[in-house]
Amino acid sequence: MLNPEHVKKTVAALKEKFPETVQEVSEFRGETTVNVAKAAIAEVCRFLRDDAALDYNVLTDLAAVDYSPEEPRFGVSYILFSMSKMARLRLKVLVPEEDPEVPTVTNVYINADWYEREAWDMMGIKFAGHPDLRRLLMPADWEGHPHRKDYPLGYEEVQFSFNWREIDAKKPYAKE
Amino acid sequence: MPDLSEPVLEELRHLFTARALSGETMVLNMGPQHPSTHGVLRLIVELDGETVIRAIPDIGFLHTGIEKNMESKTYIKALVMTDRLDYLNNIGNNLVYCLAIEKLMETKVPERANVLRVLMAELQRIASHLVWLGTHSIDLAAMSMLLYCFRERDYIMDIFEMVSGQRMMTTYIRPGGVWRDVPAGFTEVVENFINYLPAKLDDYERLLTNNPIFKQRTQGVGYISAEDAVKWNLAGPSLRGSGVNFDVRKAMPYSGYEQYEFDVPLETGGDVYARYRCRMREFRESLKICRQALDKLKTTKGPFITNDRKVAPPPRSELGTSMEALIHHFKLWTEGFTPPKGEVYAATESPRGELGVYLVSDGTPKPARVHFRQPSFANLQPLNYMSENHLVADLVAIIGSVDIVLGDIDR
Repeated sequence: MLNPEHVKKTVAALKEKFPETVQEVSEFRGETTVNVAKAAIAEVCRFLRDDAALDYNVLTDLAAVDYSPEEPRFGVSYILFSMSKMARLRLKVLVPEEDPEVPTVTNVYINADWYEREAWDMMGIKFAGHPDLRRLLMPADWEGHPHRKDYPLGYEEVQFSFNWREIDAKKPYAKE
Repeated sequence: MPDLSEPVLEELRHLFTARALSGETMVLNMGPQHPSTHGVLRLIVELDGETVIRAIPDIGFLHTGIEKNMESKTYIKALVMTDRLDYLNNIGNNLVYCLAIEKLMETKVPERANVLRVLMAELQRIASHLVWLGTHSIDLAAMSMLLYCFRERDYIMDIFEMVSGQRMMTTYIRPGGVWRDVPAGFTEVVENFINYLPAKLDDYERLLTNNPIFKQRTQGVGYISAEDAVKWNLAGPSLRGSGVNFDVRKAMPYSGYEQYEFDVPLETGGDVYARYRCRMREFRESLKICRQALDKLKTTKGPFITNDRKVAPPPRSELGTSMEALIHHFKLWTEGFTPPKGEVYAATESPRGELGVYLVSDGTPKPARVHFRQPSFANLQPLNYMSENHLVADLVAIIGSVDIVLGDIDR
């Protein structure tokens, strides 16, 4: 069973250790989210992992969210888990559109590698210091970041005999 | 269009050793259409003779933008897309998505629905493990296994067809409960299957477990220590094969799993063989849960879906007589329901490990963001690490043993 007491302890420890970087703590449906200043995320993760009393040894998930039209536009959620203490904690950094860059946590949690590549590929959030920040799911030459809210869903225009050439000219496949 | 005559290797240069650049070792492409890659997984392998030095997975060939598409649909309509994620675990995908919605809406699920959910999820686990067993063994040249396993899997597909009308994309689990109650004759069919499978499993174990060729191909191959498995966040049988006792069903029980008696199989080998043993024992544990769920089903009566009309549609019979039922029905299928603003994370144990969904609601009838934490994604990541200095044939064994489903990885 999950241990909510440990999460409370963690939040208290975080507030004590990082009084400036921990911005807001919210609870919803029994889950605790801690908003952390962008620049300090790797540091906070390292503290949570290495502190033996807290022991958040696993990064379960990392997801980027587009909150537009809210400001700041993007958010990156880090879902941490402590196997020994059975506690789950969510860290969140808010990322403004003008400067979509977050320090990488790959040197803290080794499995963040692909999650961060996916967030870069889909949402266009750069992870400073990532060893291999290539696109993960989309082709290497793809333009844009498809998971942003302003990116159209996209569909294929239906060609009829009367507008065949017109639509064909706009199609993105290789031509002579 | 990019100029395809340019060598693409240039941007991948940093992934390989200096020996590859001098031509001493060879960089080859494996997949995406290779049958042993279980779908459309492309590997770029650096080889020294037949020894793998690097194996870099290149994924995304099955990317269908499901997470993005779900944002443009109401919560109920988006449910249909979750079936298509991990196509061997359709029920499990439905389940985790519905659990997240129920957490968000604070919906209570009736007891009978929970029993049905557990029963279906465990049958799905058996079906998924059967596909794994068949394809994994055929990768290791045990040719007949595939046919046997698919024969058994078909019984489960028949059961799914019986309850939901669909063999694979069932969408049986709905927010607040399940789609329908089980039809007459259901218990007998499942009972028959539960009594039929153990003898078959014994047969398969006789074919493989002590088979010297199978052991040679699997023992000591793809070793990952418990410490590294946790570090890489492996999930499910891949994690438990390394001796880490973690199962979401035990750790954070959902849908009433705490009421069932079952063990979590644990192996300490950490290699392909240990993962194989782990899954073979999981078959029997799942059967145990199925049997208990079936007994529970006989005694648990009551509704199979919540009575909260804001989440679940009213029964067909009410539509003719009740104006309110008609309004609810119309509202649900046109506008959908509106969960409060907030973010939740729900987790389940899929056949491959921890399957989670991170759901962000902005207070509209459509989800603002759905992110799936897939076990296959987590299990494929350390492939390069696990396959270093193994033979190419071992690479195939390792891919099979972590049981990846590309639909799960690429979404």
